[in-house]
Amino acid sequence: MTIRSNSGAPLLEVRNLQRFFPIRRGLLRRVVGQVRAVDDISFHIDRGETLSLVGESGCGKTTTARCILRALKPTAGEVLFQTGAGEVVDTASLPKAALTPYRHQMQMIFQDPFSSLNPRMTVFDIIAEPLLASGIKNRDQRRARVENLLERVRLRPEFMQRYPHAFSGGQRQRIGIARALALNPSLIVADEPVSALDVSVQAQILNLLLDLQDELGLTYLFVAHDLSVVKHISDRVAVMYVGKIVEIAETDQLFKAPKHPYTEALLSAVPKPDPRLRSERIVLQGEVADPAHPPAGCYFHPRCAHAIDRCRSETPPLEEVLPGHRVACHRARELSLKGVDAPPSPHPQQLRTL
Amino acid sequence: MANREINGEGQPPVLTVNNLKTHFFTDEGTVKAVDGASFSAPAGKTVGIVGESGCGKSVTALSILRIVQKPGRIVDGEIILRRADDAEPVDLAKLDAEGGAIRAIRGGEIALVFQEPMTSFSPHYTIGNQIVETIRLHQDVGKAEARNRTIELLRMVGIPRPERRIDEYPFELSGGLRQRVMIAMALSCNPKILIADEPTTALDVTTQAQILDLLREIQARTQMSVIIITHDMGVIAEMADDVIVMYLGRVVESGPVDEIFHRAKHPYTQALLRSIPSIFAAPRSKLPTIAGSIPHPHNRPAGCPFHPRCAERMMGKCDVHIPRLRPVSRRQMASCFLYHEPDEAPIT
Ligand SMILES: Nc1ncnc2c1ncn2[C@@H]1O[C@H](COP(=O)(O)OP(=O)(O)OP(=O)(O)O)[C@@H](O)[C@H]1O
Ligand SMILES: Nc1ncnc2c1ncn2[C@@H]1O[C@H](COP(=O)(O)OP(=O)(O)OP(=O)(O)O)[C@@H](O)[C@H]1O
Ligand code: SF4
Ligand code: SF4
Ligand SMILES: [Mg+2]
Ligand SMILES: [Mg+2]
Repeated sequence: MTIRSNSGAPLLEVRNLQRFFPIRRGLLRRVVGQVRAVDDISFHIDRGETLSLVGESGCGKTTTARCILRALKPTAGEVLFQTGAGEVVDTASLPKAALTPYRHQMQMIFQDPFSSLNPRMTVFDIIAEPLLASGIKNRDQRRARVENLLERVRLRPEFMQRYPHAFSGGQRQRIGIARALALNPSLIVADEPVSALDVSVQAQILNLLLDLQDELGLTYLFVAHDLSVVKHISDRVAVMYVGKIVEIAETDQLFKAPKHPYTEALLSAVPKPDPRLRSERIVLQGEVADPAHPPAGCYFHPRCAHAIDRCRSETPPLEEVLPGHRVACHRARELSLKGVDAPPSPHPQQLRTL
Repeated sequence: MANREINGEGQPPVLTVNNLKTHFFTDEGTVKAVDGASFSAPAGKTVGIVGESGCGKSVTALSILRIVQKPGRIVDGEIILRRADDAEPVDLAKLDAEGGAIRAIRGGEIALVFQEPMTSFSPHYTIGNQIVETIRLHQDVGKAEARNRTIELLRMVGIPRPERRIDEYPFELSGGLRQRVMIAMALSCNPKILIADEPTTALDVTTQAQILDLLREIQARTQMSVIIITHDMGVIAEMADDVIVMYLGRVVESGPVDEIFHRAKHPYTQALLRSIPSIFAAPRSKLPTIAGSIPHPHNRPAGCPFHPRCAERMMGKCDVHIPRLRPVSRRQMASCFLYHEPDEAPIT
C-alpha cells in the first residue's frame, strides 16, 4: 500500500477516482440504479499549488473533495498522498484506522461559517480542540499556539474567549481557517469557502488564503462554482460536468483559450461587471444531464452546438491537446472557441475618481 | 423631486418611491431596515437595486407590496403607483395592508418573483392549479380558458411540453424550471411592474443566463417595468438601466448603469466595484478590500453609515452628520460629504 516516493511526486495524485451512490426503491430498498457522482477522474496537485474544481451544482465537486479526505470511501480509484515523511500512501484503499497518522495533514475549510462552528464553544476551544486531540496537554502551549493562529488569520487574540455568535461571517470564516491550520496541514481542501460571504468580505478572505499559502507553503484544492473567484486564486483549473473532468489547464490558458465547448459556455454565461461588455452570450439550452441516467457518448452532447454523430455514441477521453492542457472532446483540436480576455480598457474604477 | 429626473425623458414613471422608511421595532431596538429610499421605475426599463446582505433590498420590495411582517412597518415616505392613463395615482404606502385595493394590485399590477421558488408554491397542488387559481383571483375567466392561458404562459417562459408539465407538482421540476414557472405565475395577470428579488441567486450560471434572457425578452414584448434586486454587480451590469446602491438601509448612490460602473461617486460604490473578483483578473492577484465588515443592524454607526469603513472619511463631519442623497451630476445622485456640506442640524 505504501510506495517510496521520488522527490518529484506531486503532493496529491488522484487516479481514476469513482464514487457512485446507489438509488434504492421500494419496500425492500432494492438498488435500481447508480448516481455516477464522480465518474473516473484523474488529476494531480503539486506542492504549494492551487487547483480549483469548478462546475455547476451536482457535477461532483464536493463528492470528489470528500473522497480525497476519505470522508467518503471511493467506489474505485486511487488517492495518492505524499505524507510529511515523504512516503506516498493511497488513502482510498487504506483501512480507516490506518489513516489516523495522516489525517491532520489534510484539512477542510467549509462553505458555511455559521453552521460549521459549535456555538457553545469559545474561539479558544474551537481552535485548540485539534491541538488537544493531537496530544498537546499543556494549556499554556495551546494558548500560545491559538494566539499565533489568530494572528495568522488577522484576528485579535483578545477574541479568544468569545463565542462564535459575536462574530461576523468573515470573522467566523477566519476562525474556521485558523482551526484548519492548527496542526500544520500540507493540503487544505476548501469547499466553497467564500460563497456565503458578502462581496466586500469575500475579497478579504481570498487575499488571506493567498497570503497564507505564501507564508506556509500550503497546497489548496479549491472547490467553487464562481469562475471569477476561481480566476483570482488558482494556478490550474479543472472543469467538471456530470461527474467527469472535461477540461484541465493552467488558469490563464483555460480562461483565455478554452478547448471544451462546455467551458466556453460557462465563461460566456458569467455576468461581466461592466455594462459596456453586454454582448451576445452563449445561452446553453436545456439542463445538466442527470448523473443517474447520463446520455450515451459525450455527456454534454444534447446541449453542445458542435456535436457530431460520433459524439452521440463515443465517450471522448481526457487527452492532452497542448502541454498541460487536457480536454475531453472529440473536436478539441479543430474547434476555435472564445475565452475571456482582458477588457478593452483598464476598468475605470481601478483609477481613482474624485 | 430630484430623483424623478434620474429617469429623465419620456412619460412619468409607473412607480415612484419617495423617502421610504420601513423600520422593525424589535425587543433589542429599532432596525432601520429601509431608511429613506427613493427611486422611480419607468415602463419598459429595468431598475437594479444592489447592495450587500442586510442593506434593505428585500424589505424595500416587501414594502412596495405591503407585505412587511410585524414588528416592521412603513414609518414614512410614499410609494406612488400610476395606473391607467386616466386614473388617479395611488400612494401604496397609505393603503390598508389588508384591504381590497392592495390585494388587487399585489399579483395584479405588481408581481413578485423571488429567490427560492419552492417556498412560494404549495407542495400539494400542481403548478397548473396554482397558476389557474391566480388568474381567476384577478380576472373574470372560466376554468377552461384559464387553463389554456396557463399552458400558453408556460410555453412563453420556455417550459418544454407545457400541456404535460402543467399537471406536475413543484418538486418534480428542477430549480431552473421552477423559477420559470414562478415567472409564468407572476406574468399571469399582465403586471405593469415585475419585482424580481434575487431571481437567479440560487441558480447555476448557465441557468441564470437563460432566466435573465427570458426576463429581457418578456420585457421587450410587454414593456413592463422591472425592478431587479441582487447583490451581484455582474447581474446589475447585464440587466439594469438605472441603479440604486444601498448600504445599511440607505441609498448611497443612484444613476444610470454606465455612470455607476464607470463614474461612481460614492466611496462605497467605488470600493465595492474594486473588490469584486473579476474574471478578467490576473491569476493569483490580490483584491483591494474594504476594511471591516457590515455593522450589525442594532449597532448602526452615527453620521454617515459607511464612515467606520470609509477611506475618505472626514472626522468631525462624517461621524456626526448624516449625508443626504443629492445630485452629483446631471443624472446621478450620491449621499456623501465629499460632494455636499452637511445641513445645519446634525440630527435625524
Ligand atoms: N450521499 C449521497 N447520496 C446520494 N446521492 C448523492 C449523495 N451525495 C451526493 N449525491 C449526488 O451526487 C451528485 C454530485 O453531488 P456533489 O454534492 O458532489 O455535487 P457538487 O458539485 O458539490 O454540487 P454543488 O455545487 O451543488 O455543491 C449529485 O447528483 C448529488 O445528488
Ligand atoms: N422580520 C424582521 N425583524 C427584524 N429585522 C428584520 C426583519 N426582516 C428584516 N430585518 C432586518 O432588516 C434589514 C434589511 O433586511 P433585508 O432582508 O431587506 O436585506 P437584504 O438587502 O434583502 O439582504 P440579503 O442580501 O441578505 O437578502 C436587515 O438588517 C434585517 O436584519
Ligand atoms: S465531444 Fe462532441 S458533443 Fe462533446 S463537447 Fe466535444 S463536440 Fe461537443
Ligand atoms: S460621507 Fe464621509 S464617510 Fe460617508 S462616504 Fe462620504 S466621505 Fe465616506
Ligand atoms: Mg458542493
Ligand atoms: Mg434579500
